[in-house]
Amino acid sequence: LYYTISYHIISYHIILYYIMHHSMNLDVFRFNVCTRTHVSYEVKDNVAVVRINDPTSKVNTLGRHMQAELVEVINEIWGNSAVKSAVLISSKPGSFIAGADLNMFQACKTAEEVSYLLQAGQKMFEQIEKSPIPFVAAINGSCLGGGLEFAIACQYRIATKSKKTILGTPEVMLGLLPGAGGTQRLPKMVGLPAAFDMMLTGRNIKADKAKKMGLVHQLVEPLGPGLKSAEERTIEYLEEVAVDFAKGLTGKKVTVEKKKGLMQKVQDFVMGLPPVRKQIYKTVHNKVMKQSKGLYPAPLKIIECVQTGIEKGNAAGYLSESENFGKLAMTSVSRALIGLFYGQVACKKNHFGQPEREVKKLAVLGAGLMGAGIAQVTIDKGVATILKDTTEEGLARGQQQVYKGLNDKTKKKSLTTFERDRIMSLLSGQLDYRGFENADMVIEAVFEDLSIKHKVVKEVEAVIPPHCIFATNTSALPIKDIAAASKRPEKLIGMHYFSPVDKMQLLEIITTSKTSKDTTASAVAVGLKQGKVIIVVGDGPGFYTTRCLAPMLAEAVRALQEGVGPKKLDSLTTGFGFPVGAATLADEVGIDVAAHVAEDLGKAFGTRFGGGNVEVLKMMVQKGFKGRKSGKGCYVYGAKSKEKKVNSGAEDILKSFKLTAPPAVSADEDIQYRLVSRFVNEAVLCLQEGILPDPVQGDIGAVFGLGFPPCLGGPFRFVDSYGADKLVQKMKHFEEAYGNQFTPCQLLLDHAKDSSKRFHK
Amino acid sequence: YYTTLTSLCDNSTFRWTIKHSFSKKTLAKPGVKNIVLVDGVRTPFLQSGTTYADLMPHDLARAALQGLLNRTGLPKDAVDYIVYGTVIQEVKTSNVAREAALGAGFSDKTPAHTVTMACISSNQAMTTAVGLIAAGQCDAVVAGGVEFMSDVPIRHSRKMRKTMLSLNKAKTLGARLSLLGSIRLAHLSPELPAVAEFSTAETMGHSADRLAAAFGVSRLEQDEFALRSHTLAKKAQDGGMLSDVISFKVPGRDIVSKDNGIRPATMEQLAKLKPAFIKPHGTVTAANSSFLTDGASAVLIMSEEKALAMGYKPKAYLRDFVYVSQDPKDQLLLGPTYATPKVLEKSGLTLNDIDVFEFHEAFAGQIMANLKAMESDWFAQTYMGRKTKVGAPPMEKFNTWGGSLSLGHPFAATGCRLVTTVAHRLQKEGGQYGLVAACAAGGQGHAMVIEAYPQ
Repeated sequence: LYYTISYHIISYHIILYYIMHHSMNLDVFRFNVCTRTHVSYEVKDNVAVVRINDPTSKVNTLGRHMQAELVEVINEIWGNSAVKSAVLISSKPGSFIAGADLNMFQACKTAEEVSYLLQAGQKMFEQIEKSPIPFVAAINGSCLGGGLEFAIACQYRIATKSKKTILGTPEVMLGLLPGAGGTQRLPKMVGLPAAFDMMLTGRNIKADKAKKMGLVHQLVEPLGPGLKSAEERTIEYLEEVAVDFAKGLTGKKVTVEKKKGLMQKVQDFVMGLPPVRKQIYKTVHNKVMKQSKGLYPAPLKIIECVQTGIEKGNAAGYLSESENFGKLAMTSVSRALIGLFYGQVACKKNHFGQPEREVKKLAVLGAGLMGAGIAQVTIDKGVATILKDTTEEGLARGQQQVYKGLNDKTKKKSLTTFERDRIMSLLSGQLDYRGFENADMVIEAVFEDLSIKHKVVKEVEAVIPPHCIFATNTSALPIKDIAAASKRPEKLIGMHYFSPVDKMQLLEIITTSKTSKDTTASAVAVGLKQGKVIIVVGDGPGFYTTRCLAPMLAEAVRALQEGVGPKKLDSLTTGFGFPVGAATLADEVGIDVAAHVAEDLGKAFGTRFGGGNVEVLKMMVQKGFKGRKSGKGCYVYGAKSKEKKVNSGAEDILKSFKLTAPPAVSADEDIQYRLVSRFVNEAVLCLQEGILPDPVQGDIGAVFGLGFPPCLGGPFRFVDSYGADKLVQKMKHFEEAYGNQFTPCQLLLDHAKDSSKRFHK
Repeated sequence: YYTTLTSLCDNSTFRWTIKHSFSKKTLAKPGVKNIVLVDGVRTPFLQSGTTYADLMPHDLARAALQGLLNRTGLPKDAVDYIVYGTVIQEVKTSNVAREAALGAGFSDKTPAHTVTMACISSNQAMTTAVGLIAAGQCDAVVAGGVEFMSDVPIRHSRKMRKTMLSLNKAKTLGARLSLLGSIRLAHLSPELPAVAEFSTAETMGHSADRLAAAFGVSRLEQDEFALRSHTLAKKAQDGGMLSDVISFKVPGRDIVSKDNGIRPATMEQLAKLKPAFIKPHGTVTAANSSFLTDGASAVLIMSEEKALAMGYKPKAYLRDFVYVSQDPKDQLLLGPTYATPKVLEKSGLTLNDIDVFEFHEAFAGQIMANLKAMESDWFAQTYMGRKTKVGAPPMEKFNTWGGSLSLGHPFAATGCRLVTTVAHRLQKEGGQYGLVAACAAGGQGHAMVIEAYPQ
C-alpha cells in the first residue's frame, strides 16, 4: 500500500529500563562475594574500575542479579579507604546499560508494588549522587532508560563517539516514565526544554549531541584495530581515559562544572522566573494534548513529575515519580506498547531457519516509488542491486529517488558523502536483463495488473538461474494467481512493502501452498537485512493488511456519503489514535489504488466489503482526483499554506452520492467504532481462516503497516482490553442498521461468549 | 652462504656484529634491466614560513633540479624525461614538473609530467622513471618532488565562485547587479585546504593519535622516538652525513645550506606540550609530529649501461617496489606494515637481510604503531592474511640519520630523500640491502628495496 505514517513507535534498539531491586533480596546476594558473575572490579592507582558484563545476554540490563551485585560492589568500594574515585564501565561492546528486565516489574500486581521497587532504586542513585568519592561513567554503546539514569547520578560522564553510543530515555515509548530519578535530574542537567524533549519523545541522542547538551562531559574517539580488535581496544582505551579523569577529579585537576556561556546564563535566569516556567509547562502540556489527543497518559505524567520536583522540591518530585510510574505500569496503554515492543522483537527474527544460500545480488524490476525504495534499503545494507525499468525516464526518476534518499542522510550527518557514494556504487540502473543470470533474488514492483505481472514472470524466469527466488511486490493480487504463470512456483513468494519503503518498517511476506520453506527463509533473511519488521502470512485476496484496511476505507466512504466531511472524518479517526486520518489516508494511498482494491476485494468477498459506493472513488479518479500524487483527492495539495483545504470537486461528487445517516448509529463515537470494528473483525477473521499465523503478527502488521492506534496495541490486544463481548454488542447494533458488513466472525463470537479466551496472555 | 661484517653506528662507539648469511647475493634478474640511482640531491628542508616564504613551488623545484645538474655534471639534453611529484598544487603551475624544468634550463625538448600520491608522490615519480627505463622507452630520467607549505591555495567559497563565474556570463548591467546583490557575508568566508582525508574528513594528526592509541603507544614512547629522531639528525648534520643537501641562494635572501627544523630538546620540554589533535587526553603533540616544511628533491635514474657509458659511478640499484592501500579511516598510516613483507617476499629477502632501513616518520606515534603491528602475529593473521608477522626492524639500523620528524617533511619531496639516504648509508655503512617504506594519505603505502652498487 502506498502511504505514509509519520509515527515512529519504537526504535530498533533494545529498549528497556531499570527497576531497582528490593533491599530485602539484596541480603541473599550479600554472602556470595566469590561468585559474582555480572559485576567485577579492580583497583588501579586508587581508582576502582567497576566492570559490568551480563554473561547471559548480548546487552547489559539492570536486572535482579545485576542490581544485587552492583550494590554489593559499590558498598565494598565505599568501605575501601584506598579507593579515591571510581569508574563505571561495561565490558560489552555496544552496550553500556540498555535498561532492565521488563518482566521484573510486569510481575508486579499493583501500582504500589511497582512504586516500592522504584523507591529503592531512587535511593540507590541518590547515594551515588552524594557519594564521598567521585564516580565516572564511561559509556560505550547503548545507555538507555535506567542505564542513563545511573549515568547521570554519577559525577562525571565520558562517552565514546561510536555510532553505537546512544543516550536516551525511551520509557515514554512504552507508556512509562524515567522512574529512577530521571525526571528530577535531567531538567537540572540539560535545562527544562531539552529535558522535556528527551523524555517526551524518547529519542536517541548521539554522543556528540550529548556533549553539546551537557549530558556528557568528555568524548572519546573510537579506535580501529591494533593488537586487539577495534571493539575490545576501544573499551580498554575508554577505561584508560576514564581512569585518568577519575584521578583528575580526585586531584581537582578536572572540574565537573562547565563554564557557562552567556546564552546559558540568560536561559538559566529566564528559567528561574516562576511565570516563565509556568508558561513552559502549559505550552508543553498543550502540545502533548494536541499530538497525543489525550490518549497517552505517560507524557502528561512526565510533565507532572518534572513540575512537582522543580516547584515543590526533591522529596515531592521523587515521590511523584515513583507513584506515577506505578500507576502508568498498570495502564492498558503501557501494556499495549510493551506488547508491541515484544512483538517487534519477535518479528525481527527469522523463524524459518538459515536459507540455503545468502542473497548477494538482488534485482528489482520497476523503478517506481516502490521499486526504487526497495533498491535503496537493499544497497544501504551492502547488497549489490540491479534496478531495472523499461524507460529511461522511469529509471532516471528511480535512481534520483535512491540518491536523494541517501543524500538526505548525509544532510542529517548520519552518513558521510563518501559512504553515500560507496553505497550508490552498489546500484546498477539498467533497461535490459544484463546481470540477471547472476541474481539470487528478483523483486518485481511493476504495475498492479495481472497480465503485466504474468508477462514479467515469464520474461524473468527465462533469464534467471535456477536457484533465484522471484518475489512479487503487490498489495492485493493473490500470489497464487501470479504464480500461475510460473514454471517454478516453489521459488515464488509475495513481498509486500509499504511506501515510503525507507521509512515504513513493515514487510508483509506472503507464501502460497507451493512456496518452499527455503524460499520463505530467504525472503525473511532479505527483509531482516533491509531492516524490516516482518510478518509472514498466508495467500488470499488482500492478504492480511490490505484486507483489514479495505472494509475500514469502505466504511469511511460511506461516512463521507452520509455527510461527514473529510476534516471531521480525519479528526474522528485521529481522535481514536490513528496517526493519519481516514480521508488523508485515502489520499496518501491514492484514490485510484483504493478504488482498484475496493473493487477487487469486493468481488472476492462480496457484500461484507460493501458500505461506501465504489462509484464515488471511480468518479473521483475520472475527475483526476487521485489523491496527493495528482494534487487533488479529498483535499487540495500543493498550496504552500499549512492548512489543508477540502477539495470542493470531491464534495460535489459526495453530494451526488448522498446517503441518509441512520441517527441510531451516527454519533461521533458510533462512526469511530463502525470504522474500527470492521477493521478488527476482518483481522480476527484472518486469524480464524489461517491467513494470519498468530495474533502477535496481526497486531504488528496492523500497527506498523496500517497505523492502527499504537496505544491500543493492535486489533487483537484491543479486543482483549476492550472486551470481545462489548465489541460484538456494538457490531450487532450496527448490523441492525447496515447488514452483514458488521456480522461478527465466529472467532470473535467465541471470545465474546467466553471471557477467559484471550488473544494475548 | 657467506658472512659479512657490518659496522653499525647507532652509538658513538662502533659495534662489530657478525652478520648471518644473506638469502641472496644480488637481486639482479636475468633478462631484466639493472636500473641505478646515479645521484640524488635536495634543497635544505625549511620550516614553512621561514627563508623560502616568498618563493613559489617551481622555484624550489628548480633549485633542486639545478642542484642535481651541478652535482652530476649531466648534460641537459641527456635527460629523456622528467617526472616530478607535488601534493598541494599551486594552480598557476599545475604541471610544476614542466615549469621547473624549463626554469632550470633543461632542453625545451624534454617532456615533463607531474604526479601526485600524497606523501609518496616522489616515490611514485621514481618508480614511474623506473618503469620508463625498464620498458625500454627511456635511458635517463630525472625524478623528484616539491612541497611548498608557506603558501597554499585558499579559495573563495563555492557559492562565491559560482556567483563570480555567472558574473562573467551576465550580459546586462541589471543582471550583474542582481548577481552582486545575491552575495552574502557568509559567501566571503574562504575555503582553506586541510590536511584531512576527503573520504573521512578526519585530519591526519587525529588519525595518528587514534592509531597510536589503538596500538597502545604511550606519550612517553612517542616523545622518546621524536627525541631520538632529532638527536640522530643533529649528529648526522654535524657529522656531515647529509651530503644530499645542496646550498641554495634564495632570491632576495641569504644562501641556505642546512635543514632548520632539527631541534633536540629534553624529555621534560617535550612532556610539557599539550596534545595537538585529540584534546585533552590525546598523545600526539606538535613535537612528536612532523612539521609543515618547504623543500624539493631530485634524483637521476638511469639504466646501468647508460650510466656506465656516460662515465658515472652509480650509487645504488633500485630493485623491487610495491604500493599498498588499506582502510583510510582506521589504518590510514599503516602503509609500511603492509608494504614491508610484500616487497621482501617479492625480492626473496627477509627482514634480517636488510642493513639499512629508512621509514618515513609522519608521526612518532605512527612509527611506533607500525613497529608494533609488524611485531604482531595477530595483526598479520587478522588483517594481512599472512601466517606470521614480518618482524620489526632493529632500531640500530633504523633511520639512523634522523627522519621526517626532525629533518622535515615536504610531502612530495620526502620519497627521494629516503632513497638517496639509503644509498648513502649503504655506502657509508657497507651493507648490501636497504629498505624504504612510507605511508601516505588515502590509506596508501609504498616500499622499495635498494641494493648497494659494488664499490
